[in-house]
Amino acid sequence: MAEFTLPKNSQVQKGKHFPAPAGASKVRTFKIYRWNPDDGQNPRVDTYDVDMATCGPMVLDALIKIKNEIDPTLTFRRSCREGICGSCAMNIDGTNTLACTKAIADCGTKDVAVYPLPAMSVVKDLVPDLTHFYAQYASIKPWIRTQSAPPPDAERLQSKEDRAKLDGLYECILCACCSTSCPSYWWNGDRYLGPAILLQAYRWIIDSRDEDTGARLDDLEDPFRLYRCHTILNCARTCPKGLNPAKAIAEIKKLMVLRQGA
Amino acid sequence: MNDKHLRTPLKNVRGLGAARSGTHHFTVQRITAVALVPLALWFVWFALSLIHLDYAGAHALVARPFNAVLLIAFVLSVFWHAQLGLQVVIEDYVHTPGLEIVSQLAVKFLCVLGALACVLAVVRIALGS
Repeated sequence: MAEFTLPKNSQVQKGKHFPAPAGASKVRTFKIYRWNPDDGQNPRVDTYDVDMATCGPMVLDALIKIKNEIDPTLTFRRSCREGICGSCAMNIDGTNTLACTKAIADCGTKDVAVYPLPAMSVVKDLVPDLTHFYAQYASIKPWIRTQSAPPPDAERLQSKEDRAKLDGLYECILCACCSTSCPSYWWNGDRYLGPAILLQAYRWIIDSRDEDTGARLDDLEDPFRLYRCHTILNCARTCPKGLNPAKAIAEIKKLMVLRQGA
Repeated sequence: MNDKHLRTPLKNVRGLGAARSGTHHFTVQRITAVALVPLALWFVWFALSLIHLDYAGAHALVARPFNAVLLIAFVLSVFWHAQLGLQVVIEDYVHTPGLEIVSQLAVKFLCVLGALACVLAVVRIALGS
């Protein structure tokens, strides 16, 4: 059966408290999930009081400040700090999003809760194991597949109308916010490809230059790979880039029906 | 390749390959859903009109061909749709090997039996026994 409770060694415990330095004027509290694979302890939630007067506006700014000035053991992924690499995807204030584009001021609760992406194995602290997610991406062969040789003296051309069909798809940065917000992916992520990968698959299915559309649909036509999507729409709600993976999945389902001649 | 079975992540993802099915299930689920919209509305109206009748009156109302046909259509759509939906619920949540097959079979058998029983009841009345 699907597991609805945490196993004993995953139950989160109360962690350490790091108070703000004396003289801090604007203090915001961050409650951050911590887990170290090496110390044999249960995960815990540490509390950091951060002085906002000397901190940048984004949650990632606060995380970097904590790591630099308060607790260097805090572990998280980050790279571009401008919402294009997808490294700092995590669960902030109850929603999967990018720490670098999430303003601290936009976090509703008094204490900002920061957890790793849900339902993923944790490598350490806020770092989830995305091995399976990336393998799922590789499985859809996300590159142009053609039989015709490219024109010898030009690019493969695409009309403006066909190019417009990639808008809302090409922007996906594979941060995994949507897939890890999807209950269907939580229960059946071993076989269900999840919203991010299906959006990427649709990006190639709808590309006018790709000639392997039928084979791509064949590879998705499966009760688990595609049809585990029950249009819960957490994916569209959580996407930090404002994309709609659920719509892409619905378009794939429409193509599946269309080619049956219905 | 840190899997304890020494398999690559891609091997795990590809598994047994795509089943090349699921579209038929998807289509039939929607067809029965569409059919149930008017049928369910009609059934509510029909059930309300049965309330004030005695046994003979209700018997006569069900026996009318128009009502009997719609009742059978309603019952078949309901059990067909229920079976398709419950199948997905079990696929979603029940992953214990033996239990999954047993519950899938139980749902199918119960839905077929339920549909047969309802159809027989309507047919008996409609054909005047």
